[in-house]
Amino acid sequence: MGGKKVYRVLIGKPGLDGHDRGAKCIARALRDSGFEVVYTGIRRTPEEIAMAAIQEDVDVVGLSSLSGAHMELFTEVVEALKKHNAEDIPVIGGGIIPEEDIEELKKRGVKKVFTPGTPMEEIIKTFRELCEK
Amino acid sequence: MSVDPRYKEWEDKVLSKVLARFPERKKEFKTSGGLELPRLAIPDEIDDNYMEKLGFPGQYPYTRGVQPTMYRSRFWTMRQYAGFATAKETNERYRYLLEQGQTGLSVAFDLPTQIGYDSDHPMSKGEVGKVGVAIDSLADMEILFDQIPLDKVSTSMTINSPAAVLLAMYVAVGEKQGVPREKLRGTIQNDILKEYVARGTYIFPPRPSLRIITNIFEWCSKNTPLFNTISISGYHIREAGSTAVQEVAFTLANGCTYVQTAIDAGLDVDVFGKRLSFFFNATTDIIEEVAKFRAARRMWAKIMKNRFGAKDKKACMLRFHTQTAGHTLTAQQIDNNVVRVALQALAAVLGGTQSLHTNSKDEALTLPTEDSVRTALRTQQIIAYESGVANSIDVLGGSYLVEQLTDKIEEEATNLMEKIDEMGGVIAAIEAGFIQRQIEDSAYEYQRQIETKDRIIVGVNEFQSKESVKVPILKIDKEVENRQVKRLKEIKNNRDNTKVEKTLKALEDAAKGNENLMDYIVEAVKEYATIGEICGVLRGVFGEYRD
Amino acid sequence: MDIKSIIQGIKDKSPRAIARAITLVENGDIWVDELLESLDKKSIDETMIFGITGPPGAGKSTLTGKIVGYLRSLGKRVGVIAIDPSSPISGGAIHGDRIRMMEHSLDGDVVIRSMATRGRLGGLCASAGAVCRILASSGCNPIIIETVGVGQSEIDIIKIADVTALVSAPGLGDDIQALKAGLMEVADIMVVNKADKPEAQMLAVELSEIARDKGTEVILTIAYEGKGVDKLYHAMEEIYKKQVELGTKQRKRWESRKKEIVDWVIEMIRPEIEKQVDSMDRDLDKDPRVVANSIVMGLKKERNP
Repeated sequence: MGGKKVYRVLIGKPGLDGHDRGAKCIARALRDSGFEVVYTGIRRTPEEIAMAAIQEDVDVVGLSSLSGAHMELFTEVVEALKKHNAEDIPVIGGGIIPEEDIEELKKRGVKKVFTPGTPMEEIIKTFRELCEK
Repeated sequence: MSVDPRYKEWEDKVLSKVLARFPERKKEFKTSGGLELPRLAIPDEIDDNYMEKLGFPGQYPYTRGVQPTMYRSRFWTMRQYAGFATAKETNERYRYLLEQGQTGLSVAFDLPTQIGYDSDHPMSKGEVGKVGVAIDSLADMEILFDQIPLDKVSTSMTINSPAAVLLAMYVAVGEKQGVPREKLRGTIQNDILKEYVARGTYIFPPRPSLRIITNIFEWCSKNTPLFNTISISGYHIREAGSTAVQEVAFTLANGCTYVQTAIDAGLDVDVFGKRLSFFFNATTDIIEEVAKFRAARRMWAKIMKNRFGAKDKKACMLRFHTQTAGHTLTAQQIDNNVVRVALQALAAVLGGTQSLHTNSKDEALTLPTEDSVRTALRTQQIIAYESGVANSIDVLGGSYLVEQLTDKIEEEATNLMEKIDEMGGVIAAIEAGFIQRQIEDSAYEYQRQIETKDRIIVGVNEFQSKESVKVPILKIDKEVENRQVKRLKEIKNNRDNTKVEKTLKALEDAAKGNENLMDYIVEAVKEYATIGEICGVLRGVFGEYRD
Repeated sequence: MDIKSIIQGIKDKSPRAIARAITLVENGDIWVDELLESLDKKSIDETMIFGITGPPGAGKSTLTGKIVGYLRSLGKRVGVIAIDPSSPISGGAIHGDRIRMMEHSLDGDVVIRSMATRGRLGGLCASAGAVCRILASSGCNPIIIETVGVGQSEIDIIKIADVTALVSAPGLGDDIQALKAGLMEVADIMVVNKADKPEAQMLAVELSEIARDKGTEVILTIAYEGKGVDKLYHAMEEIYKKQVELGTKQRKRWESRKKEIVDWVIEMIRPEIEKQVDSMDRDLDKDPRVVANSIVMGLKKERNP
């Protein structure tokens, strides 16, 4: 069909945190910017999210956690992707995440981390840039 | 000016009784300039319309407040929600807060506890002790309330799906302290319906969840008569993005579902109805919030009287806790949050709240530090002791704007509740995704307004400033999880495992039948069965809910 | 991942390779023909394709998730294609069906793929047909296509399926009327889900009357509790077997293939034509039908100079 490529992304909520307002808002905003968004719902394990990302062949994985468990959970998603030879799928994350954690998460392979109040436009731009790569 | 006979009647019949039992804080209340402040300002003429819509405080339909003297007798309960890491650290924070003048406890549990997993469950990894205190068994609960006499404090517990288990543990701790059940005071949130649409800490499907809730209503009316058996919560619905009208409508609709379920189970609405409490959000939009609280009170009174035939006055009163709106806190220029919280707290007090939690300024970044929690508590104390708004009742009552908005919120929320009834009730509306979609749509609209600057958030999309403030962070390190898991192992090794199995088996059999589960849970808890084991048994019988 | 390893990966049931292959099809990559030609014809022929459709809120994805669970208990490897509508304005889509199937995420023998309609009428059916063949070649049998039964493209796509179940539930109101209007004709089985609700019996009676005329069965399910799921699956399998015996399955597949070929051709020609029309600076004042005719004549001339 040869039309222009449609970007596919996955929005996931690893761990037990049920606050999905932000994740759902971002999923909608991405859809309204032309993305196809796979939403996993709340309370998923990192492994489940990684496998869904692989099966859906998404271009980017976006994670949200507000419970403070981001260090463990985001890292585990990155590792699970690596384990299944899919480390080329970039992972980004958002939530209540202190600055010092952001540095550490980047070291562990999370491409970008957003904190509360980040304009939607900026988040979508990041998704688009990573999809284009 | 002659005294209106209906006002006189209220003074003689309602007010005087309460004054005799709860004298006011002062002989007379004055403004700081020395002007006398009336207990209750009323219009020159009191007509039927006034009586029908507003009435007097402590009198149906309770628009102006549930008590005839409100804060002139006693301030609202200042109750800061707290809990982190293990029971030991949290116990220290509680004792600090009580020393600082806090008047009630409010327990925040970590997510594994809230979802009925032990700390060593695979799903608990990374979550132990993070958003609240980790409780695996009675042993943790004993430490949590160490040196805190349970006959002196009232304790609110934000726990829903496993509410029965935590309540059983609280009762057991009380017994160990020598406090009889009937003296225990507090609240369990126990509001599962809003978990399906807004907060996500559900375990079981709706029907068995409602059975457990009804079991709790029944058991508490006989065992812990001073305990509020549910806190029907709009707070999280609002946090998830709803409007004020939706918050009222969905919360009261949930309330109706609990009441109907309990009535269907043969309970007396005048008995359990008195132990229902509510929990609302207070945002910075002061006037709308005040109108919201007043409208909710009036609506609930009418619902209980007309729809459910409640005769007891107390069963018609909507008593509520308020928390300031977490979603309005910004990670940018965090000192601004102190101002937001002050305005929100003021709205709650002007709206007649029974208890209040004020958020700390750093909560958009991290768990609050001791310093920021103290400022949040001081905010309440300033409103109570310095602002003067607590010295008269329903001080905005009669404002053209506030009364108009109160009517409007009642009207729109009533319409929305009727829509839910038409769909076959709350559970059908949840299954059809109606409530979730309504909340999502509002959340997205709110976000869109921020993006387009139709809504200005100071420091976020306007008046930004370059800042590089180092915020002191309270961090829960990985050691907490390891320690808690180790403790859990020790407890499992040191208890009488045959007895544990026996109580769990008894619980399983009861769950398969129709008996009240509370006594079985209390027995299991006393043998140090863990929350994961108890919820595991119930998961086996009831199944698990998935969104 | 190069095309050789994708082809090999499909045979090896590699999730990554299967996923990549589907993306190639969806994006019309140049390697698609080589990929599709390499697929295992026997598996494609023998794989059962089941359609699950119905109005929003009927519980399709919950039901699909439970059918998958049941099939796994029988040891079958299953493929699921979940179709969601694309936004007509932005072209984007939200795929939420996985929420109810996440419990199968870690199971390597459950391959789930979400696809958006992407505003293509025939194109979606063409893609979905190819995706079915990829999944079949990777050993999935059966394959379930789940789609909302509104709009022509969703109804068309269900025709790819050998057997289609139309799911409804009490309390959906006007949607049931829409269902009668459009979907009844494609349904081989009618399902009344949420059968524990009091109004379910009435709906079942109502549907039975229509079903009787068509000779189809009405099955009651409570997807949430997994009740009736086995019965539904075996009923679908029965119908498939009967179709094989009678030879109607093969006839249906050939019909579906003919349509797919037409769809592919149109999809392939479309960009070329769009380019031509786009670069038109004259002729725009002429009647569009007349211009179209001259373009088609031109195409024919190219073929037979």
